[in-house]
Amino acid sequence: MLDETQTKPEVETLDAVAVNSARIRQPLYAARKKVFPKRASGNFRRFKWIVMAITLAIYYLTPWLRFDRGPYAHDQAVLIDLANRRFYFFFIEIWPQEFFFVAGLLVMAGIGLFLVTSVVGRAWCGYTCPQTVWVDLFLVVERWVEGDRNARMKLDAAPMSPHKLWLRTVKHSIWIVIAVATGGAWIFYFADAPTLLHEVMTGAAAPVAYITVAILTATTYAFGGLMREQVCTYMCPWPRIQAVMLDETSLTVTYNDWRGEPRGRHQKKAAATGVTAGDCVDCNACVAVCPMGIDIRDGQQLECISCALCIDACDGVMDKLGKERGLISYATLNDYNANMAIATAGGIQPITPSLVRTAEGKLSPALSCVKPATLLRPRTLLYAGLWALLGIGLLLTALVTRNRVEINVLRDRNPQYVLLSDGSIRNGYTVKLLNMRPEPRAFTLHMEGLAGASMTAAGLENDASGALIVPVEPDRLRTVKVFVRQPSTDATPGAVSFDLIAEDRGSDEQSTYRTSFETPEIPR
Amino acid sequence: MKQDHLDEISGVSTTGHEWDGIRELNNPMPRWWVYTYYATIVWALGYTVFYPAWPLVTSATQGVLGYSSRGEVKAELASVEAERSAHTAALANKSVSEILADDTLRQTAIQSGAAAFKVNCVQCHGSGAAGGAGYPNLNDDDWLWGGKPEQIEYTIAHGIRSAGDADTHQSEMPAFSDILDREQIASVAAFVVSLSGTPKNSGLVKKGRTVFAESCAACHGNDARGNQELGAPDLADAIWLKTHGEAGIVAQIKAPKHGMMPAWGARLGDTAVKELTVFVHSLGGGQVVRGSLFPPGEKREITRVARPA
Repeated sequence: MLDETQTKPEVETLDAVAVNSARIRQPLYAARKKVFPKRASGNFRRFKWIVMAITLAIYYLTPWLRFDRGPYAHDQAVLIDLANRRFYFFFIEIWPQEFFFVAGLLVMAGIGLFLVTSVVGRAWCGYTCPQTVWVDLFLVVERWVEGDRNARMKLDAAPMSPHKLWLRTVKHSIWIVIAVATGGAWIFYFADAPTLLHEVMTGAAAPVAYITVAILTATTYAFGGLMREQVCTYMCPWPRIQAVMLDETSLTVTYNDWRGEPRGRHQKKAAATGVTAGDCVDCNACVAVCPMGIDIRDGQQLECISCALCIDACDGVMDKLGKERGLISYATLNDYNANMAIATAGGIQPITPSLVRTAEGKLSPALSCVKPATLLRPRTLLYAGLWALLGIGLLLTALVTRNRVEINVLRDRNPQYVLLSDGSIRNGYTVKLLNMRPEPRAFTLHMEGLAGASMTAAGLENDASGALIVPVEPDRLRTVKVFVRQPSTDATPGAVSFDLIAEDRGSDEQSTYRTSFETPEIPR
Repeated sequence: MKQDHLDEISGVSTTGHEWDGIRELNNPMPRWWVYTYYATIVWALGYTVFYPAWPLVTSATQGVLGYSSRGEVKAELASVEAERSAHTAALANKSVSEILADDTLRQTAIQSGAAAFKVNCVQCHGSGAAGGAGYPNLNDDDWLWGGKPEQIEYTIAHGIRSAGDADTHQSEMPAFSDILDREQIASVAAFVVSLSGTPKNSGLVKKGRTVFAESCAACHGNDARGNQELGAPDLADAIWLKTHGEAGIVAQIKAPKHGMMPAWGARLGDTAVKELTVFVHSLGGGQVVRGSLFPPGEKREITRVARPA
């Protein structure tokens, strides 16, 4: 099998050492060693470009989407209107008391993260985390201005010169432009985007807008440009949390040492002396491309964000060597262990590459590879079920069937009741009617369960049945002081529960509030 | 002090201090930490220059910015005043009925009237304006001096039997112990109770009606419905200001007690009086200007709340 490689060109061996080594841990206060990730190319890199384009587009463009909600509401598709306490999301409008929808979404996001993590490991970290996306973006700029890994390392080591100063200035300027655009995009979620853009440009926007932009610009520049992998390693809690979500059947980026070891740069020499060698040629390509500055061959480690760029790098090398891809691959711990048992003949003796190879030099069919069936296991099914139950069962159903009129009643407590000159009893109520639709509506307010009682409110008309007619502006709350009066002939001493019902005159939507009518226990 | 001593295990130099063979490693603080510390010192020094800080014998340094917490409060109060000035001016220029007709102004007046009520009126009328024995309940529909907005305004401004206000409501019920004999008083009390309840001795009622017509109807009216011009209470309704029951009525006929309410106009000013008027009117007892609080033509009949069986 080694003969085959000898006819192939030797791959370039990179002088790359893991700066965040799992073998030799640096003291916590040691100065940061710079990471110069090399450009990777391959399937995962392409996938990451696509994810980056989609996520950035969502972030920057969402506030500019328009959505016609009629004359009484905003036209912005996604808007968090803090001043008026409304949240608009396309056809959905959420009032503060309906915030459980947002809480439900957050719970769904949590369960979704459990699901994804238990299936494909730290995919969030590797592909969609904003830190990953923006660091990637900043690295593109850096590579474009200063060149790839070797050029950047050379430039970094060189003394300051006009050329170096120029490159650095260009790089940091572009970074800051990106940072400003990032910080700037955030505020458009909280106000009408075109208006706010005009205000920001003319200096007329609220100070909070500028402060927000400034803070987010600073954090984007510092986190994406300067701190990079340190944010993941030292600041982010997710690596710790996600690590415990993995189990033996989760896919993780794995160096298959059952196949790669013993590694060696001089495979020809090794073959000549009759020593068996693994597939790893110790070219360090996987180390050079790692944005976290680790060596995946040291095994699973905290810093690994599962971005799979090392898989791309290694696959490229394997292609050159004419070997199967997948020396570094997404693998489950179960498969890894099974393969390792084959490579070591089930014992604790050193890895023997020939055990995993057929006579033709191909990998043995006995080896385990990822079985899609393992993705469907009780744990993932439970997560998926919970996720769907919450999302479709609760959120969607609740959203479709929710009431757009709401009544809240506060009974007067001081005084509890008023005795009127004809002996009847009157109670006062502060009634709040919420018209949650963006159109003006009129409600009828009537009572049920209080014998002989009548109701009045200053400035409102009673209809023929004695119910109050309450017009409410679109998307607003109206507070009405309602007096309910019961003749003494009908009164029962103590408290009587009854319902106040608000009913939309145009539709059959209604909302009921149960309150009580107080009458003195002892008549005067 | 030994210099350049290196710790064998860590390879770090020590400070040279030694206690019983224990040495202190010379591990400096992280630089950003030290710089932050210096920055706080600079900040603190600057702060004492810009803001009042150093104590002197009788005062303290004023700081170059001229800041003072009293000044800040003053500025805040001024800005609140400025914010309110539009409303205040509108309330000052409009009559109570105009305020009541304008929804926004009415709401504003109710808010500020409620605040003024909490400060000036709760001592007698209670925090819920429900009054007490001798202090009228402002929530109900029984008014001694009238419950129309203008009447409420007049009463608040000039008070009742308030010394020092020439326009105050003035009228007092005579003490009938010198005018009527015991039996007459007992009979008229029985008659008055019969208007809204059951007297203890119903035989006296007929006689009491005669006494009432002779001695009381002049102020309380032939039907005992009272007279708001004179502040004479309606004796035929369910509401009693000072007392109820025959014994109490007898005592009131013999030697009447008279309530006193201060004139608030001079003390609070016209605007505050208007705000209070609108607030009191909003409590539900006021006679409503626009539309009626109760359906018109309703039969007014007093009945008691049934006791539980």
